[in-house]
Amino acid sequence: MAKELWKGNEAIAEAAVKAGCKFFFGYPITPQNEIPEYFSKRLPEVGGCFIQAESEIAAINMVYGAAGAGSRVMTSSSSPGISLKQEGITYIACAELPAVIVNMMRGGPGLGNIAPSQADYYQATRGGGNGDYRTVVLAPATIQEATDLVQEAFDIADMYRIPVVVLADGMIGQMMEAIEWRTPKKRELPKKSWATDGTNGVRPHNIINSLFIDAGDCTVQNRKLAKKYQLIEQNELRYEITGEAEPEIVFAAYGTTSRIARAACMRLKERGIKASLFRPITLWPYPSEALKAEAMKPSVKAVITVEMSMGQMVDDVRIALQGAKPVFFVGTGGGTIPVPQEIEEEAMRILGR
Amino acid sequence: MMKTVYQKSKGLTDAELHYCPGCTHGIIHKLVAESLEELGLIGTSVGIAPVGCSVFAYNYFACDMQEAAHGRAPAVATGIKRTHPELTVFTYQGDGDLAAIGTAEIVHAAMRGEKITTVFVNNAIYGMTGGQMAPTTLVGQRATTAPFGRQKEHYGSPIRMCELLSTIDGTAYAERVTVTDVPNIVKAKKAIKKAFTLQQQGAGFTFVEVLSTCPTNWGLSPLKAIDWLKANMIPYFPLGVYADRTEEAR
Repeated sequence: MAKELWKGNEAIAEAAVKAGCKFFFGYPITPQNEIPEYFSKRLPEVGGCFIQAESEIAAINMVYGAAGAGSRVMTSSSSPGISLKQEGITYIACAELPAVIVNMMRGGPGLGNIAPSQADYYQATRGGGNGDYRTVVLAPATIQEATDLVQEAFDIADMYRIPVVVLADGMIGQMMEAIEWRTPKKRELPKKSWATDGTNGVRPHNIINSLFIDAGDCTVQNRKLAKKYQLIEQNELRYEITGEAEPEIVFAAYGTTSRIARAACMRLKERGIKASLFRPITLWPYPSEALKAEAMKPSVKAVITVEMSMGQMVDDVRIALQGAKPVFFVGTGGGTIPVPQEIEEEAMRILGR
Repeated sequence: MMKTVYQKSKGLTDAELHYCPGCTHGIIHKLVAESLEELGLIGTSVGIAPVGCSVFAYNYFACDMQEAAHGRAPAVATGIKRTHPELTVFTYQGDGDLAAIGTAEIVHAAMRGEKITTVFVNNAIYGMTGGQMAPTTLVGQRATTAPFGRQKEHYGSPIRMCELLSTIDGTAYAERVTVTDVPNIVKAKKAIKKAFTLQQQGAGFTFVEVLSTCPTNWGLSPLKAIDWLKANMIPYFPLGVYADRTEEAR
């Protein structure tokens, strides 16, 4: 198929439509506005429905209702708006509903700014709402990958009855790249026999619920969720390793910063330093074993995590390595972007060259 | 042969209600269930339970049910109705849920003219959490967070949701009823049935406010609670139709 030039946000919305998502509920916030704008004109064409809600809170609860009624549904926002959605996300997680949530991260904390950032890593991977729950977190580094992952996000959500977060940033949302439309590998998806779409007098009523007033029952639900999360950890890990086979330095970076770290790898190569890039594509589940295997290569002297934050994913890198190799961090918060030179210089400093 | 003169509505499950003695939630549940049954809607309805005393309503109504976060039932209902326009969708909410934390959701559901029905149970207090002040608590009425009675200069006057929502064009129908006695129960059922019927016709947002008692948190016997409601709530929250934007009303 011929390549097409798409803006990230619009490509993500079209990918959702191609995945059969006919319903979108959202609220304006920069830098993700092209997503709701695109849906508002596109969904009526496919017999779907777009609603601009009164708030992010209302939007995520519309998602809860629609998902509970068995529909493929999506919402998107950017950091402060995603904070507001956390209430709905924990309810969706506990009620075991499939939904896709896109976060085009911007600088924070607070109102922050509208520049690209990766400072919502903790919120996305640790569950920003209350209680023990996880969301699958997919982190595209290109617009091509974003369109691939958004489509697959709906399948993953349906397969495990879980909210899936696509965690990107304003850079990916706003830039344009050439893509080709691909369809994800077909999965056998379970029937939504639990959906509240009317008993029609042929079955007992279905209940979508996150209340387990008896602590014993709630514990059972927590264990059920934990078992599901283990299954996802086994089946859905994704990462990419590029660069030298016997690196001295391993960079760990996801999304936009992985592209900058790759540039640093190439600059180091010109100076005779071997480096590789470990790029997690799923941030939860986190590909800890694969990262450890890469870092434990005898040639590796240090791992450098690169983020557009003050250091969040670096915690998962440290957990993965359990102190086996030194871990360093290069990053910047608040909407600024690290440059290849500073990553390269940190590598040289660590190597003492 | 014995003739059946009364039976429980098929719109209710066999689950035992958890409500306190004398609470009128049970009556209101019955009216909603009977209305759904009589209109033949049990199999094609989805109800949304709130957070508050009626949080377990999902166990009681025989139709499909969703349990919403506090105040968010109208948003959840929107999500269901917009993806399944053929279903009858209703929310069942208390005054803390609807008139405090969920004010934005109810106002905007009305603004959009969502084709849903809201049954709003107003008992002027937070019941489930133990008698705290609600936005509908009357001036002078005591609550656990208003131990000296609600003070107007501190909290303002109680909010009247029927009146507020009736100003919104998307509200096709808004009526305030009560269930203190048989004539009022009959009127209340008529209102609920009308709301569901109008939803079926695609009229817009439909809203029935039911003044309800909370003997436990008011500290009154069930009968005295009925008297208190009549003496104090009805004067401030007058019964009647506040909006009827249907063709026949014009």
